[in-house]
Amino acid sequence: MTSASFTPGRVARLSILGLGALVFLAPYIFMVSTAGKAQSDIFTSSLSLIPQQWFYVQNFAKALSRVSMGRLLMNGVVVCALILVFQVVIAIPCAYAMAKLKFRAARALMVLVMLGLLVPIHATALPLYVAFDRAGALNSYVALVAPFTISVFGIFLFLQFFRAMPDDLIHAARLDGMSEPGIIARVIVPNAWPAVTAFSIFSVVAHWNDLYWPLIVVSNQAYATPPLGLLYFRAAEAGDDYGALMAATLIITFPLVAAFLLAQKRFVEGITMTGLKG
Amino acid sequence: MSALSLRNIEKSFGGNHILKGVTLDAGPGEFIALVGPSGCGKSTLLRILAGLETADSGDILIAGRDMTAAHAADRNIAMVFQSYALYPHLTAAQNIAVPLVMRRLTRARRLPFLGRMMPGQRKAVADIHRDVRDMAASLKIDHLLDRKPGQMSGGQRQRVALARAMVRRPSIFLMDEPLSNLDANLRVHARGEIVDLHRRAGVPTLYVTHDQAEALSMADRVAVMIGGSLLQLASPQVIYEDPQHVEVAKFIGQPRINLIASQVEDGATVALGGTRCRLVDRAAAAGSAVTLGIRPEFVSVSRQGNEGLPARIERLEFLGSEVIVYCRLDAIGETMVAKVTPAEGADLSPGVPVRLTADARHIFVFSKDGSRLAAAPLSSIVTREALHG
Repeated sequence: MTSASFTPGRVARLSILGLGALVFLAPYIFMVSTAGKAQSDIFTSSLSLIPQQWFYVQNFAKALSRVSMGRLLMNGVVVCALILVFQVVIAIPCAYAMAKLKFRAARALMVLVMLGLLVPIHATALPLYVAFDRAGALNSYVALVAPFTISVFGIFLFLQFFRAMPDDLIHAARLDGMSEPGIIARVIVPNAWPAVTAFSIFSVVAHWNDLYWPLIVVSNQAYATPPLGLLYFRAAEAGDDYGALMAATLIITFPLVAAFLLAQKRFVEGITMTGLKG
Repeated sequence: MSALSLRNIEKSFGGNHILKGVTLDAGPGEFIALVGPSGCGKSTLLRILAGLETADSGDILIAGRDMTAAHAADRNIAMVFQSYALYPHLTAAQNIAVPLVMRRLTRARRLPFLGRMMPGQRKAVADIHRDVRDMAASLKIDHLLDRKPGQMSGGQRQRVALARAMVRRPSIFLMDEPLSNLDANLRVHARGEIVDLHRRAGVPTLYVTHDQAEALSMADRVAVMIGGSLLQLASPQVIYEDPQHVEVAKFIGQPRINLIASQVEDGATVALGGTRCRLVDRAAAAGSAVTLGIRPEFVSVSRQGNEGLPARIERLEFLGSEVIVYCRLDAIGETMVAKVTPAEGADLSPGVPVRLTADARHIFVFSKDGSRLAAAPLSSIVTREALHG
């Protein structure tokens, strides 16, 4: 890019965007900075982003040794992957049926989906907890995954996306001899990748970062998800060792950041949903 | 035995009566064009025939077998959609192969990886590839086989859609306005190709269009549908020269037929200017309202004489081989259109007073409900009566 392309308007736009990005990134930047500071450095009265002594190695070593970080990340991956797979496998046929098939209860189901969107997990947490307790399923992957397998948000998102798909495409598939499950597998899903990508981001980000539900159903460290593990780490191990805590947080947020940076183009494509044309 | 027969098909959508008892038969290898204005129910009829919609009542017979309740896939009907409805994620070759894969390979064979290990799989897949290539070659789209629909032009997509429909040798071929997304030049070219393709394949074809030129030029028989009813089913020539309903006469023909409100006079005659016709069965009472129709090519325009309807020229359209003359009738203020040769139109210009004469042999008389009343030029009846008398 040549300097000639920096017109005043462009400069103004870029500086506003840059300022906005800085505001939103400030906590993260502060976290990265703190993860590299020694204990004495953190508690000085002056506020500086650059650590006086580089303490990254020590802090990361502490974070990795005091808590089974591998186990936490593993749990996070297993739980998020299971939730995502179940959500997609359940939501896509539901949304297809509601968007493209004609049946009597379609309207009533639509109302139920909208109602479902209005009910937060906090409202159902207690009855769910009691149910898992009675079933003896607390402290398990089942307890972490099961309540989220049916995502009304997912159904709603796919429903909107499928409605925009031309009916003729499905008619052509029927005439070509496909069954309804065949249509979903061979026509709908291959053309719904933008929607699936968008939904995956929402789902994985929400459940990777979720602290509320794991805190309720898990008391055994073996099943702790990353945010819960962080909580144990702070309570039991680190105390006020913020350097190590921030290092642990960095490790935990790293997978999401890396995934986003690697697939940035596809993510943006998925969220704006411009993938299907022609 | 007819290849296809629809009996009394009725369909309503939420109180809207879309199809009012449509009955239609197609012979083996016949090309029938279903033509009508938009919203007349022609596409709905096609969808019911394909099994994509269900009729409220009526029967569908394909090659003599009752298919009224059969699933779309079991009817062996292929369809070309207006939007082409190609699978956007598949290449042209894969698009064309889909109907073959779904029909020739069992469910187990279609599985990814596992299917490949089944005995005879290689042969079946090779056969499909060969058939796809043959089909593509016959439609001259072999060079497009690796492209996806997004990378093709409208005309190319239309050919791929045709290939996908033809490749499995369907028992009936349906087309829902397949040319309406093409530009005018390409459309005329594609017309000829589809007729040619139909002749080679010999599959009975039902072709839906709102373009009467397409219907007349392509079909063996034309079915005119208006307001949910099939008004006339006949050869293009009969539809044009002998319309049985005022709506058919109005819809077919470019420029549109002239329709003049009139009434039956004494002796069951009707008059258009100085031209008189007598109703053959003489059933209509004197004074009952009728509509007289005369096609523009049977109206002659003259600047001399005092025979015929006095009128004034409003506008001339020069079309090369012919001139369309729009005239306003002095007496009733309605517009009458005449089609003349450029030689005849040479001395005509807007504002000029003229006399219009209708050819009595080509006057259609329609009753108030739109049905056609048989009529003949008065002079010929007189001679015939004189002969018989």
